[in-house]
Amino acid sequence: MHKWTMVIDLDKCIGCMACTVACKAENNIPFSDPEQAALGRTISWMEVMTTTEGEYPHVKTRFIPRPCMQCDKPPCTKVCPVYATYLNEEGLVGQVYARCIGCRYCTNACPYTVKYFNWFQPSWPAEMQQCLNPDVTVRSTGVVEKCTFCHHRLQKAKGLAKGEQRELQDGDYVAACVQTCPAEAMYFGDINDPKSKVSQMAKSSRAFRMLEDLGTEPKVIYLTEGEWYGVRKD
Amino acid sequence: MESAKTERRSFGLRAVRNLFANSKARAGQPLQTGGSRDDQLFAAVLETGRKFHITVAMLLLIVAWAFFAWVTQLWNGLGVTGLNRPVYWGFYITNFVFFIGISHAGTLISAILRLANAEWRRSITRSAEVITVLVLFFGVGNVLMDLGRPDRALNVISHAQFRSPLLWDVTSITTYLTASSIYLFLPLIPDIALLRDRLHGYSAAGRPFPRWRLRLYTFLAVGWTGSEKQQQRLNRAIGVMAVLVIPIAISVHTVVSWVFAMTIQPMWHSTIFGPYFVAGAIFSGIAALLIAMAIIRRVYHLEDYLKPIHFNNLGLLLLVMTLAWLYFTIAEYLTSYYGGEPAHMKVFWAKISGPYAPEFWSMVVFCFVIPFAILTRRKTRTIAGTVVASASVTIGMWLERFTIVVPTLMNPRLPYSRGAYHPSWVEFSIMAGCFAAFILLYMLFTKLFPIVSIWEIREGQEKSVAETVERIESYLPGVAAKEFP
Repeated sequence: MHKWTMVIDLDKCIGCMACTVACKAENNIPFSDPEQAALGRTISWMEVMTTTEGEYPHVKTRFIPRPCMQCDKPPCTKVCPVYATYLNEEGLVGQVYARCIGCRYCTNACPYTVKYFNWFQPSWPAEMQQCLNPDVTVRSTGVVEKCTFCHHRLQKAKGLAKGEQRELQDGDYVAACVQTCPAEAMYFGDINDPKSKVSQMAKSSRAFRMLEDLGTEPKVIYLTEGEWYGVRKD
Repeated sequence: MESAKTERRSFGLRAVRNLFANSKARAGQPLQTGGSRDDQLFAAVLETGRKFHITVAMLLLIVAWAFFAWVTQLWNGLGVTGLNRPVYWGFYITNFVFFIGISHAGTLISAILRLANAEWRRSITRSAEVITVLVLFFGVGNVLMDLGRPDRALNVISHAQFRSPLLWDVTSITTYLTASSIYLFLPLIPDIALLRDRLHGYSAAGRPFPRWRLRLYTFLAVGWTGSEKQQQRLNRAIGVMAVLVIPIAISVHTVVSWVFAMTIQPMWHSTIFGPYFVAGAIFSGIAALLIAMAIIRRVYHLEDYLKPIHFNNLGLLLLVMTLAWLYFTIAEYLTSYYGGEPAHMKVFWAKISGPYAPEFWSMVVFCFVIPFAILTRRKTRTIAGTVVASASVTIGMWLERFTIVVPTLMNPRLPYSRGAYHPSWVEFSIMAGCFAAFILLYMLFTKLFPIVSIWEIREGQEKSVAETVERIESYLPGVAAKEFP
């Protein structure tokens, strides 16, 4: 069984936010106007969080890209009253938009705050209507959504491999953010495949998982030399 | 001993039968307000003044405005509220917890007083039980209004996922609503029959009266004649319900607290949340009951039924809960502070000295300082005093629910998403509408059914002296040696 994993090398991240933009384009995430953004209603499945420490001239800014952690023990799926979010057998945490009642219990139970809510019916400028990705559902008002590890790409890759009568190979299925990263700070693959790049990198002494002492067992692995208090642990 | 028991029972039954005979004899006669005691209670139901209509009109205006706000929200989406990421829950969920808490006024307090044979309960149980049943609708209503897709609310039944504490809520609140409705209805049956008989005389005497009310009472009285057998069955049923309803009521508020406590979010993930919420619920419930009683007493001139002693006794109960509240609050906050976990401390300081300090410290003043100062002194434990204390507790408990829901959401574990929460006009309007609608329904109830249980009062007047004497005899050695050898 596959176990899809993302590795993000924080020491290589340059904070360009190309991953965020790629994600928005890939997953039909609507824009939010400045007013809504100020209210904290921007939807950003892949968010680059920044911390700034110290004072001028000794300032240090750090970036940490944050998709859904796709936990092996997700606190969000337990609390959903209608099975609208669930853990599938390949370890991906899915969202069933058509079933979600919008109670936002999962958004509140997630310790990483990775879940987003559609406060209004999403809309795009007329010119953009034709640019939506046909592989991804456009969500309606009142439902919760989040990063899916570009699950639709997995479907495509599986179909392609089947057509070519072969097994899935490392690199067949890659999330949009990983594909875009110009600093090559992100990697994607099957951690159960001992030959895959991610399974090699997961063994690194620089590897850690976000808030791993909560026991959520995330499938996003970060690499860094630094300490990262407040992220690595509470 | 056996003979004493039957004698006691028949004594009570005789009282009820006499009551029926009286009421039948008096049927058709004109009402006299300020006349005999029964008439005072009937008058509240059968005669409606101008003030009542004006109040109803004003409340309807508020409800209509809230309805408009709700339609705005349905039309545009939850974006019209002040909610955001990470403060996904706000006023609606606060109101949900608050209203469910208020619901503990009725059923639980009434059941405990009934089981404890507290004689002074007789004139207050009904007004308490009505609060429970009505306010539950607003608790549930607030959750429904909080849903992004209320049109899919029934998914909780068709796709029920029982690991979710919200599903536990659905289950326990439904059970509670059913049980407390039955518990309200059972002691109403003899009173409805009394009204039926009286109205029958009314229409026979040719006085204009809406026929639907007679039909309603005839239907709801379920053929009650006041026979010995019926009375025995009723008392038994009330007794069973009084026992059943207590664990249900406690489970309801425990489960409400678990919606928060079962998550791993800082200052929500607390093991004492169950009892803390139950204590808070009883606390705010008693306060709401005291306010309701004072208003009923004033409006319907029920000074003979709701006496200062009732307010004093409930005031003492409120005082006990004030202290219980303080105890739980200290236990909760001191453990968090002493443990000093960083994620918890962020929420802790947000409440103690941060953006939510005004709400937090007002809560302490409203929930403890004011009620404690008023209720500890006999001089101030008057009707006016207990009402002021109750109003204070009601506000304080709402603030408590608010400071539990919002500050935690505002300070999630990861230090990057920080929010603010400014509720919009829609949330304020809907909240006002909920309160107005609750008061409105309560008022309408008092116009349909006696808000003080007539038969229980009468039963008490005729029965409880003998019964209490007998009870005292059974406590003390020597007094009733021949009955309890």
